[in-house]
Amino acid sequence: VNTAISVAIDAVAYGMILFVICIGLSVTMSLMRVINLAHGAFAMLGGYFASILIISYEINFFASIALAIGATVLVAMPLEWILYRRLYARSDPLMQVVMTVGIVFLIIGIINFLFGPTVKSIPLPHVISGPVDIGVRTIPAHRLFVIGSGLAIFGALWFLLEHTAYGVRLRAAVENSAMAAALGVRTKRMYATAFALSVALGAFGGIAGAELLPMEPYYALRYIVTFLVVVSVGGAGSIRGALLASLLLGSVDTVARYLVPDFGASFFYLAVIAIVLCFPNGLLGREHM
Amino acid sequence: MTLRRFLQSCSAAVRLIAASLLAAALPQVVHAETIKVGVIGPYSGPFALYGKNFKLGIEAYVAANGKKAGPHTVEFVYKDLDGPNPSKAKALAQELIVKDRVQYLAGTYFTPNALAIAPLLEEAKVPLVVLNAGTSSITQKSPFIVRTSFTMWQNTVPGAKAAYKMGSRKVAIAVSDYGPGADVEAAFKQTFTAAGGTVVATIRMPLNTTDFAPIMQRIKAAGADTIFAFLPSGPATLGFVKSYIDNGMRASGIKLFSTGDLVQEPDLKALGSDAMGIMSTYHYASSNTSPSNKRFIDQYKKVGGDFDELTMAAVAAYDGAHLLYTMIKATGGKQDPARAIESVKGFKWNSPRGEVSIDPATRHIRQTIYLRTVDTRDGKLINREIEAFPDQPDYGFPAN
Repeated sequence: VNTAISVAIDAVAYGMILFVICIGLSVTMSLMRVINLAHGAFAMLGGYFASILIISYEINFFASIALAIGATVLVAMPLEWILYRRLYARSDPLMQVVMTVGIVFLIIGIINFLFGPTVKSIPLPHVISGPVDIGVRTIPAHRLFVIGSGLAIFGALWFLLEHTAYGVRLRAAVENSAMAAALGVRTKRMYATAFALSVALGAFGGIAGAELLPMEPYYALRYIVTFLVVVSVGGAGSIRGALLASLLLGSVDTVARYLVPDFGASFFYLAVIAIVLCFPNGLLGREHM
Repeated sequence: MTLRRFLQSCSAAVRLIAASLLAAALPQVVHAETIKVGVIGPYSGPFALYGKNFKLGIEAYVAANGKKAGPHTVEFVYKDLDGPNPSKAKALAQELIVKDRVQYLAGTYFTPNALAIAPLLEEAKVPLVVLNAGTSSITQKSPFIVRTSFTMWQNTVPGAKAAYKMGSRKVAIAVSDYGPGADVEAAFKQTFTAAGGTVVATIRMPLNTTDFAPIMQRIKAAGADTIFAFLPSGPATLGFVKSYIDNGMRASGIKLFSTGDLVQEPDLKALGSDAMGIMSTYHYASSNTSPSNKRFIDQYKKVGGDFDELTMAAVAAYDGAHLLYTMIKATGGKQDPARAIESVKGFKWNSPRGEVSIDPATRHIRQTIYLRTVDTRDGKLINREIEAFPDQPDYGFPAN
């Protein structure tokens, strides 16, 4: 029983890390209808900014997270102005894929040139590093931090989108941007803020998940398949779906890796195939996506 | 055949005859030629660090010894291949042989690429100096292959002996699930059980694993006192070591042993103080204090190398260049692969990593394998060499 509880804790922790990294992508794909393959690149920018701030400028970890998210949004917003704005809602998916993949390679090249090909660390402060004894077993303190922040993000997003005037306008702008504009919603501004939000979530995910997915120039490309899988299993357009998918896939992966590691990632992808067969729109996805 | 064509070939033939007469008349004059060497490596992409190491290692050798091997000028032609890709490796090798007319090939970071090139060598009469790919069977695939890097067996067998000597009795082996990982598993198991130890768990981890927590739980459940691990250098090694620390393995006294791949010097900085005390066996540490390593590092820096990015790949390339120069001198610049290979069989020299030689039977490098522990020197994390296993052969070669 102890082992079962122990594996379950690992499963939840891993699922939450997936959620924290993927939720930003879910927001772009569902709310903006943009297949943003550059999500990983923004997460990586966040991680690099945090790494530089903490190591070279010796700024406090939590302050660095805030600054790094801000810096990433600052870098990403001109891209929204110049490039993404043209792609919202109506353009075909191939255009989106080609453009965002281009951005990925651009960012990989720049990061590689500036910081070199080696792995960069994001040192954790004492409070959230090392093992913590929680009775049944020891668990990395960092995992508790991620579980906490994942739940906080989930709650905040749900409240923002479902229970504020901003959320109503944003959803209106996505459903029917012409009608929303006719009713006085500034759709362009709506889109820009939603984009900033998803980039900020991506940057935070990059920093928080760096213990498992360390920063190096090819980060932007290496994990994008996993991100896309989680988002499509959860169902684009659903925050709850993304959480459910992260926890489910995290559990399948963790349990399979504990019981039958030799089978590699096959159980993860078998689960993905099964879910997508039963729920073509993702677990909690909406029909029209 | 048109008349003009005919006349052209006639004049070419006449010139050829005249040239050979001239050569016969002046037998003592050695013709200085330009010998080309094609170097295939990952100069871009996720493994670019190692391609860069190939290039800098060769350039360091050229800076120290000049562009000439005897009277012949050596020219290196670099071809980029960013990942394991056998068909492209073959195409690049063919291009180098046919179009660039190289007399030697070198490089190949990945095993599949070396295996793809091997069948071309005999027909093209081109020797290949493998600068990394560490699967034992590679040198068996062609008599024209020699290797200056390492094999997984070569690094693992001393590791198993050292672990037993330092008191480990119950070991869990955790390796990445691909060819080299299987080699490490087999080499460790065989050596460690022969010494009298028990292997309590063997775990193969998928290459794309990012969360190692469940693997640590399994190792704990198996009751191991030591983990022997192999993962190829890269971001996953960081996750593995962090997982080892954060799941309280070290705190509960479980030791971590590995091949040096887990603690490559460029990754140490990111691992930080967590890495302190990790034991590994490997053929080269950039912190080696011998005079030959100091000379090598001076040259490496002179050609623009960064000490923090120096890995075993640069040393393999430096020694590879030494073999190439030796072969070119031995054959007088002629394309004679059999003689070239013969000239380096049993060849001994003083490498930056210590005394090394080419085993005449396997054409693989015999070298000292060091037991190291991660430690600090001048505030920098290094792999401090604490024990040496001299003259280790490739234990994975069938004859051994």
